[in-house]
Amino acid sequence: MSLAEAQAAELTLELEPDEAGGRWRQVLRRMARNPLAIVGAGLVLLFVLVALLAPVLAPYKPTVGDLSRIRPGYIPGPSAHHWLGLDQLGRDELSRILYGARYSLLIGVVSLAIGASVGIFVGATAGAFGGWVDNLLMRLMDIMLAIPGLLFAIAVAALLGRSLRSVMIAIAVVNVPIFARLLRASMLSQRESDYVLAARSLGVRRGRIVTQHILPNSMAPVIVQGTLALATAIIDAAGLAFLGLGSADPAVPEWGRMLAETQRFLQSSPQLAFFPGAAIVLSVLGFNLVGDALREALDPKLRR
Amino acid sequence: MSLLAVTDLTVTFGRGRGRSTLAVDGLSFSLDEGETVGIVGESGCGKSVTALAILGLLPRRRVTVDGSVVFDGRELLGASEAELRRVRGREIAMVFQDPMTSLNPVLTIGRQITEVLERHFGTNKTDARTEAVRLLQQVGIPDAARRVQEYPHQLSGGMRQRAMIAIALACQPKLLIADEPTTALDVTIQAQILELLRELVVESNTALVLITHDLGVVAGLCETVFVLYAGRLVEAAPRHDLFARARHPYTAGLLASVPRLDLPKGEPLHPIKGSPRDTIPWAEGCAFAPRCPREVPPCRTGPPPLGPAGDEWWHQVRCVNPVPVVSPTPSSTEPPS
Repeated sequence: MSLAEAQAAELTLELEPDEAGGRWRQVLRRMARNPLAIVGAGLVLLFVLVALLAPVLAPYKPTVGDLSRIRPGYIPGPSAHHWLGLDQLGRDELSRILYGARYSLLIGVVSLAIGASVGIFVGATAGAFGGWVDNLLMRLMDIMLAIPGLLFAIAVAALLGRSLRSVMIAIAVVNVPIFARLLRASMLSQRESDYVLAARSLGVRRGRIVTQHILPNSMAPVIVQGTLALATAIIDAAGLAFLGLGSADPAVPEWGRMLAETQRFLQSSPQLAFFPGAAIVLSVLGFNLVGDALREALDPKLRR
Repeated sequence: MSLLAVTDLTVTFGRGRGRSTLAVDGLSFSLDEGETVGIVGESGCGKSVTALAILGLLPRRRVTVDGSVVFDGRELLGASEAELRRVRGREIAMVFQDPMTSLNPVLTIGRQITEVLERHFGTNKTDARTEAVRLLQQVGIPDAARRVQEYPHQLSGGMRQRAMIAIALACQPKLLIADEPTTALDVTIQAQILELLRELVVESNTALVLITHDLGVVAGLCETVFVLYAGRLVEAAPRHDLFARARHPYTAGLLASVPRLDLPKGEPLHPIKGSPRDTIPWAEGCAFAPRCPREVPPCRTGPPPLGPAGDEWWHQVRCVNPVPVVSPTPSSTEPPS
């Protein structure tokens, strides 16, 4: 093969359609081929839609019940009027589950937004400057990691009073060191990469190297952690509510609190524990599936 | 005055607790404007470290760089980071070995070219974009207007190396350092890239330092060749002299070990015996002595000096018992380029 022929052969070589488009479009395409990712995305979509449209979807008010229908030892189960039956105070269970999605999503998103942004800021600062800045920040993160999350949440609730705000703050604080350490580690490995050396050899300024070269290439694990942290936040919120650390208003339909309140009726009306439990499991499963699929799509080593 | 003068460059990697490794040991060489030189040697002999040391890109911790690197009348060793950044990319640019990892995967090819133009010339975005397309065309990338918006993973290896060269040449540097630019590529693509380097660099009078372990690459492109062994220069000569009359046993061994098409089938290859680890410190003698077929007792008495081979002052060799000149006909011993 002559040089010219080889050149022509190389030029006519068609790229796989898979390779077209930017990195994130590629990742999305890869995820679309993963059935588990589709299931996860479906669950997440359902969860978000329910949370946003709860007032439209819910057939009854979640906080107003009809006590006259409740008799000792008997709580009406699913029926044509109340698809998931009534709860122990005669409120429509379906409406409460639908509204509960709002609180789970709200707590998850807000606590993630705060925790991840503070964590990313700390991690990026440590990764960009290194040296004593890095040392100081990471030791601080170590201290935060040493405090058990649940204990800390109880302390926050004791300090700020029982409220959704306390729950959000507690979960956000728990997330900070996780994101900070993850981003810093990722930046450290990118800092030694060939393209960073190449960029330095071209005289690119340090600030630009960090913002344009190192940071964008370090974000993949952080984004994966973001989806997984949403799942954890929902569980944590439910756990705190179960322990009585949720909203101060007892009428607020949090899934965790619903679980806790039905304990006494478990014998006669087990469905009241099943529905909020299933809601928690399905929403958490959705975020976990999406997170895992995202990690798989982003990491060439895990690709099959 | 030469464009780049490296004098007594010494790079030491500390490994803590007083242990250290001499990666480059008193290396001196120079090149004029538009000159092309090759630095040849096997893995670990200090080639890439030399390139990084010239640009001040070695890590500061645990690495000591001594000597002097004068570029265009300015001392680069010990220059401030800001000064070095103005030189890097603008006056000295570098092409790296692996185009698969040396391009940023999340930026488009175009962005990586315009970044350099904006940095050094303050070019505005639109002009930089136009210039990027022109540069990609210049390095032989077809459909450059489309390619400029693509990401590195959408380009083949050869295309990426072309893009790397386009980035390196964006600011029309006076000196291009190419560190094994063809090692990671297919053989056919290697030839194309070398041809491209010849067209764009050699013919536009940009000086070129080509770092390679492949004597064939040097034969086609470089006017002067420096052969390194264990961090020291062992032979320096114009290309034709080196290939026709290699005087150092190491260079001769390298040339003899190249497989040849014109030899009968089944003919054994001629490797250099031993491995690069079989070495002695230069202070105790010639580092190549343990592997050398021409070793004589004086080889182990102290470091051999670098001196002219015979009466050819331009042909320097560091050997006490150099290979005698056997063939006076250079054309028969020169490998095909």
